[in-house]
Amino acid sequence: MSLYFLCLVLFSLGIWCLLIKKNLIKKIVGLGITEYAINLFFILLGYRVDGEAPILDKYNPITNFVDPLPQALILTSIVIGLGITALMVAITIRLYEKYRTFDINEIHRLRG
Amino acid sequence: MIELHVILILMIIVAVMAIEIEDLLSSIIALGAVGMGLSLQFLLLKAPDLAITQLVVEILSLIILIKATVGTGIPIKKEKMSLAYLCFGVLFIAIFLGLGLKAVKELPAFGYPLMKMGSQYIAEAVKRTGATNIVAAIILDFRGYDTLGEATILFTSVIGVLAVLRKTGKIK
Amino acid sequence: MKERGMSLIVKRITKITVSLIFLFGVYILLHGHLTPGGGFAGGVIIALSFIHLVLAFGKESALRRLSEAAVSVIESCGGLMFWGIALLGFMGGYFFLNVLPKGRPFDLFSSGIIMLCNIAIFLKVGAGLFSIFIALAIFRMPSEDKREND
Repeated sequence: MSLYFLCLVLFSLGIWCLLIKKNLIKKIVGLGITEYAINLFFILLGYRVDGEAPILDKYNPITNFVDPLPQALILTSIVIGLGITALMVAITIRLYEKYRTFDINEIHRLRG
Repeated sequence: MIELHVILILMIIVAVMAIEIEDLLSSIIALGAVGMGLSLQFLLLKAPDLAITQLVVEILSLIILIKATVGTGIPIKKEKMSLAYLCFGVLFIAIFLGLGLKAVKELPAFGYPLMKMGSQYIAEAVKRTGATNIVAAIILDFRGYDTLGEATILFTSVIGVLAVLRKTGKIK
Repeated sequence: MKERGMSLIVKRITKITVSLIFLFGVYILLHGHLTPGGGFAGGVIIALSFIHLVLAFGKESALRRLSEAAVSVIESCGGLMFWGIALLGFMGGYFFLNVLPKGRPFDLFSSGIIMLCNIAIFLKVGAGLFSIFIALAIFRMPSEDKREND
C-alpha cells in the first residue's frame, strides 16, 4: 500500500512542476515525470507475489504468471509518450525562434 | 520487495532535483535518470518487454530534448512567484494526496491482483495464436485494434513535427 | 572545408558499432513472438542506429544512403501494410482474424500474422522517428545562424 502512495507522490510532483514553473522546458520535464508515475502505477497493480514474467518456457512448465494485460496497455502508452514529447519540443523550438525566450509570462506579454 | 521501495524513493529524490535545478541541461539529465530508474523497476516487477522499450524510448527522448536546449542560453530573470499562487498550488496538491490516500485503500492488496481477464488470456494464448510471448499475443492478436490506434497516433505526431518545423519565407 | 562530425576516435568506433546495433534491432524484431521485444523496441533501436551515424559523421552521410523522400515512403508502406493485414482477416470471418497457419510453438515461423504485423510496425516506427530527428537536425536555430555568419 505504501508503494501506491509513493507513486501518487511522484505524480503530484510532476503536476506541481507543471503548475508552478515558468520555463517551457521545465513544463515538459514535469509532464514527463507525470507520465512515468502513471505507467509505474499500472504495472504495480498487476504484480503478483512469486509470479514469473509472462513468457512461456520450453523446458519447464510455469503456472503462476504476473498479470499480462496491464503490461500490454502500458507498452502502447510508453510509445505514445514519446510522440507527445517530440511534438511538444518541436512547438517549443518554434516559439523560441519567434519570441527569443522560454519564459511563458514574456511570451504572453509579447503576443500579437 | 524492499528494493522496489528503495528505487522508488531514489526516483522521487532525483525528480525533486530535476524540478528545482536552474540549469536546463542538468534538469533534462536528471529526467533521464528518473527514466532509467523506471526501467529498472519494470525489470524487478517482471515486465521485460516494458523494460527494453522504456530504456530505448528514454534515450531517444533525451536526444530530442537536448537538441532543443543546447543552443539557447538566455537566462530567465528571476522574479518572485506571488505567494497566493504558491499557496493555491500547495492546497491543490494536498487535497489531491488526501483523496488519493482514501482511494488507494480500496484497491486489492499489493501482490494479489484479481486477474479476471488475465487468467483467460494466459490459458488460451498458445492454443489460439501460437505465440509464446503472451504480451505480444495480446497486443497484436487479441487487442490488435488498440495497436492500430497507436500506429495512427505515431503517424499523426510525425506529420505534426514535420509541419511545424517547415521552413517558411521568401525564395530570393 | 570545415571538418564535420566528431573526432577521429568516435568515427572509428562508429564504423564498427553501427552495423552491430542494426543487427541487434533486427534480432529483437524477428523474435518478437518468442522473447521480449517486438516491433516497437526493434523500430526504436533501428532509428537509434541511424541517429548514431548522423551524430558521428554529420547528416550528409545518412542522407546519402537514405534520402528524406525514401524515409517517407518506407513509413507509409509500413502503415499500409498494417492496414492490409488487418483487412485480410475478412477472408476468414471478422476484422483482424489470424488467418495464416500457426506452426508449432517455439518455432521461428509460428503464430500466423503476428510476425508480419511486427515487421509493419517496425518499418513505421523506425522511419517515423528517424524523420523526426532529421527535421530537428536540419532546422537551424537563429543563434546558430548568427554564429556562423561572423
